[in-house]
Amino acid sequence: MVTHDDVIYVAKLARLKVEADDLDRYAGQLSSILSHIDKISELDLTSVEPTSHVIDLSNVFREDEPRPSVDRDEALANGPEVENGAFRVPPILES
Amino acid sequence: MVLSGCRLSWNREYVNLLRLTATEALELMKRGEISSSEFTGAFLSQIDRHDDDVFAFLNVTGESAREEAAAIDASASGRPALAGLPTAIKDVLCTRGVTTTCASKMLENYNPIYTATCVQRMKDAGIVTLGKTNMDEFAMGSSTENSAYGPTRNPWDLERVPGGSSGGSAAAVAAGECVWALGSDTGGSIRQPAAFCGVVGLKPTYGSVSRYGLIAFASSFDQVGPITKNVRDAHLMLQFLVGKDPLDSTSVEYPVEIPPLEDRDLSGVRLGIVKELVGEGFDSGVMETFSKAVAMLEAAGAEIGEASLPHVEYALPAYYILAPAEASANLARFDGVRYGLRAGDTSGITEMYEETRRIGFGDEVKRRIMLGTHALSSGYYDAYYGQAQKVRTLMVQDFASALGQFDMLISPTAPTTAFRLGEKTGDPLTMYKSDICTIPVNLAGLPAISIPAGLSEGLPVGLQIIGKAFTAPTLLQTAYSAETAIGFGRVSPLIEGQD
Repeated sequence: MVTHDDVIYVAKLARLKVEADDLDRYAGQLSSILSHIDKISELDLTSVEPTSHVIDLSNVFREDEPRPSVDRDEALANGPEVENGAFRVPPILES
Repeated sequence: MVLSGCRLSWNREYVNLLRLTATEALELMKRGEISSSEFTGAFLSQIDRHDDDVFAFLNVTGESAREEAAAIDASASGRPALAGLPTAIKDVLCTRGVTTTCASKMLENYNPIYTATCVQRMKDAGIVTLGKTNMDEFAMGSSTENSAYGPTRNPWDLERVPGGSSGGSAAAVAAGECVWALGSDTGGSIRQPAAFCGVVGLKPTYGSVSRYGLIAFASSFDQVGPITKNVRDAHLMLQFLVGKDPLDSTSVEYPVEIPPLEDRDLSGVRLGIVKELVGEGFDSGVMETFSKAVAMLEAAGAEIGEASLPHVEYALPAYYILAPAEASANLARFDGVRYGLRAGDTSGITEMYEETRRIGFGDEVKRRIMLGTHALSSGYYDAYYGQAQKVRTLMVQDFASALGQFDMLISPTAPTTAFRLGEKTGDPLTMYKSDICTIPVNLAGLPAISIPAGLSEGLPVGLQIIGKAFTAPTLLQTAYSAETAIGFGRVSPLIEGQD
């Protein structure tokens, strides 16, 4: 069972604010999904290797050569708040 | 008024432009029988007539489409291979200078500074871009009801969903609002809507098509592919999508040539019906239509047998750990700093992040982020994420074994036909189960196509054909022969009504 506290905890980890009114709904839905997902725990997979990538690829390298990059103004163009050629953000440290 | 049809000069035959396939239209344009401007205009008119109801498009770029078409018409010689084909693009793909929302409030005003490689390759080949299509927000969903801008409706029955997440692209093709479209498929998002809308949808082998400019949902699953009226068009488009891209290090050079399709039957082709993906939990109408189609394949020479994927019941649970886990990391970038929405009136950066993500993301996206965060969190990682990666290995092995016995595997594309709007929105797990036939394929990274198998109570049913990795030539040839054997040949009432 997913509790309200569990929802608040994962929401905090994911930087999502969840309204108090929504806690019940999310807890119920996540419980139902997780109880289905828990099915995989019935398999004994100790001798099975994990798969993280399905095609046979090892490291992909390229030469580390300088090349043109995105123009700064263009990179900033979608920024919600921009100042002096940088993204402006709210205070990071408590004053 | 612009008509949806025109008379061809050589025999004065009336042709409904909305019914033409891309391949047919290219031939007529090459012969000068129709212009790209006429062709583009026919789709824009159809969009005007029906898209208020269907809502396949989030953004119609009519003016630039007409300009692109006129430029193609004005170029006398040396036209590129796909010149003048009016194309719809799922709004998960970045298009420079054209708003790209991913159907999310988070990206309502996002104006990409680059174009997705797959779109650029199509543009270089001369397509006309009609606009950006609706989808489930960040491609998370199976009905297009998770769009922040409202649901798309199925052209076969406007009370029903078109499937998802590429529901806008599939509906646009089925409604005659474009000649073909680009979609993306993470757990079935090309094939399931193609099945619900009575069109063809191909998910290529993972790594075939560059993901550069595809807004990431689950990077080890996501793959771009064609949604078209028939197999021939999917075969045509695929050739322009595949290939290694230095901007996506998981993309590879397609290892084999993709030769032209041949008119031949299915003699000697061994098709295995996945026994776990038929029967219980499947609509009887779907099973009836599927069985009839299988009989037609057999009559066309296919050798039909029974295949097994013994661990397939674990595919859905594993997918709903791995894909949300990847999503929770991929969507961390939407933090209100560099692009997209930022909540106002917040004090301090943490509150700004949390409030931005609260108002920017819809319910399903939040659910999946929380699910993925939970699966990756301390104390749960091994039991969920680690275990799911091992299940992924079992799925790869299951497919390898079944595809050792058969050339290809077949199943219905989805357990039901298009369901009613609102029918499954209250219960996420029920919604997830509509991808039960498609998700296993993504876990193994294999190519699969959905083609129309027939109608059940007036609604399309899809036949899924699954191939070995990087065997698009044989998969498409088989699908082409199967399409001929089935002879579906039906279009949605929205096109039929324009005859």
